Amino acid sequence: MAFTETVRNDYQTEIEGIKAAGLFKGERYIHSPQGSEIEVEFPVGSEIKRCINICANNYLGLSSHPEVIAAAHAGLDRRGYGMSSVRFICGTQDIHRELETRLTEFLGTEDTLLFPSCMDANGGFFEACLSERDVMIADRLVHASIVDGMRLCKAMQDTYKHSDMRHLEEKLQEHQDKRYRMIITDGVFSMDGDMARLDQIVSLAEKYNAMVFLDDSHATGFIGRTGRGTHEQCGVFGKIDVITTTLGKALGGASGGCVSGRRELVEMCRQRARPFLFSNSVAPVIVAGALKVIDLITASTDRRDKLEWNTRYWRSLLKDAGFDIKEGDTPIVPVMLYDAKLAQDCARDLFHEGVYAVGFFFPVVPKGQARIRTQLSAAHEKHHLDTAIAAFKKVGRKYGILGLGKKELIAKCELEMELVR
Amino acid sequence: MDDITKVVLDYVTREYLEEGDEREISETTPLISGGIVDSFSMVSLLRFLEKKYSIHIPSEAATPDAFDTVASIAALVQRFQRVEV
Repeated sequence: MAFTETVRNDYQTEIEGIKAAGLFKGERYIHSPQGSEIEVEFPVGSEIKRCINICANNYLGLSSHPEVIAAAHAGLDRRGYGMSSVRFICGTQDIHRELETRLTEFLGTEDTLLFPSCMDANGGFFEACLSERDVMIADRLVHASIVDGMRLCKAMQDTYKHSDMRHLEEKLQEHQDKRYRMIITDGVFSMDGDMARLDQIVSLAEKYNAMVFLDDSHATGFIGRTGRGTHEQCGVFGKIDVITTTLGKALGGASGGCVSGRRELVEMCRQRARPFLFSNSVAPVIVAGALKVIDLITASTDRRDKLEWNTRYWRSLLKDAGFDIKEGDTPIVPVMLYDAKLAQDCARDLFHEGVYAVGFFFPVVPKGQARIRTQLSAAHEKHHLDTAIAAFKKVGRKYGILGLGKKELIAKCELEMELVR
Repeated sequence: MDDITKVVLDYVTREYLEEGDEREISETTPLISGGIVDSFSMVSLLRFLEKKYSIHIPSEAATPDAFDTVASIAALVQRFQRVEV
């Protein structure tokens, strides 16, 4: 069938519908390397503006670190640009296996397999390792890639209320007739910045004979005393059956992810995980950069310590200014506004003030839970955070939201909606 | 309120409202379009209904529209109870 005018019109109508619903995602062009300060062209064609970036997953500030860049250059020279192959034909270099071994040591597991992304690791794992005789029991706020991966798997799906251990226990009891039970959770939840109760999850897994699957993408490299992740922080290092994580956030931020865990589960992925089997190897330049990242973060905890300091400082600045934030101690700090329009308006005004932050609203977060998600980095200096809070305060004063709690914020937005009508 | 509606309402409230959630669910509260239930967590409701009433609801009938309110879910159960008979 040709791409007729009718077909074109249908798609255009759908795109207009996305815009009308306020869900259209535009891009802002960045003219600099990733960092605590970036140069942004927005809207397209406008003058380039230098801003403080407070919405990247660049937790350790390694995305543009000179040693990582130098290692990536050297990797490019020594191992070339691309592999032009999947791993099992002619796409595995010595450095791919070296990185897998280093990640295994770092994460405290038995083996590791690199994937093109953690999205792919999550997309491929369940189908490769579980069957219709098994059940997957996931926290309701797990990442979208886990939801997609579970949908591709024939095992029974179930969910438990977010971080509700009583509900999880009920589900484990309900599914005792299954061959294998797998509890599935994120380590740090990306939208709320809260941490899984991994110690309790592991206890329940032991009590009800279940495996534990952990996506630690927003934790690897900086959560826990030596940055190994949520399992280190919760005192269950070495007790997690499967960890998926990414090289695309704290570990240099380029791309790539992995499945790391029990040897046999990793081997099942090597044999059967379709995103692994049918995608090219991770590019040598990324592998070389990631190896340097592992060197840096195992040699010193300075960067995760600085991130921890920045997190505490930023949380205290926001609270003192009168913003309603989600409590926690991770570098994901959601500033709660509850109303989608208010979140978008504040993000736009912050950009005018030189702070790049993004508003999130339904369906990315539940209805009535709109927010600006701020994320700290070890690349932020104190002056960045002081400048950013001044902008937040200015915008907060403009909308009269400083010092307001959840109920007052919602009431204020509802009143303003009434007045507009 | 008939028995099926009561059972569904009770299950939905227990299964989907978080602790401290002040929202009240009635027969006509929009569950999916209202953001209380998403398609990911809808699976447990479907399985509960099939087990409780010994029915099979085919995936083409388990649409977000059919699952959007307690009343529409109860109607769906009644429909498939008749089919089973």
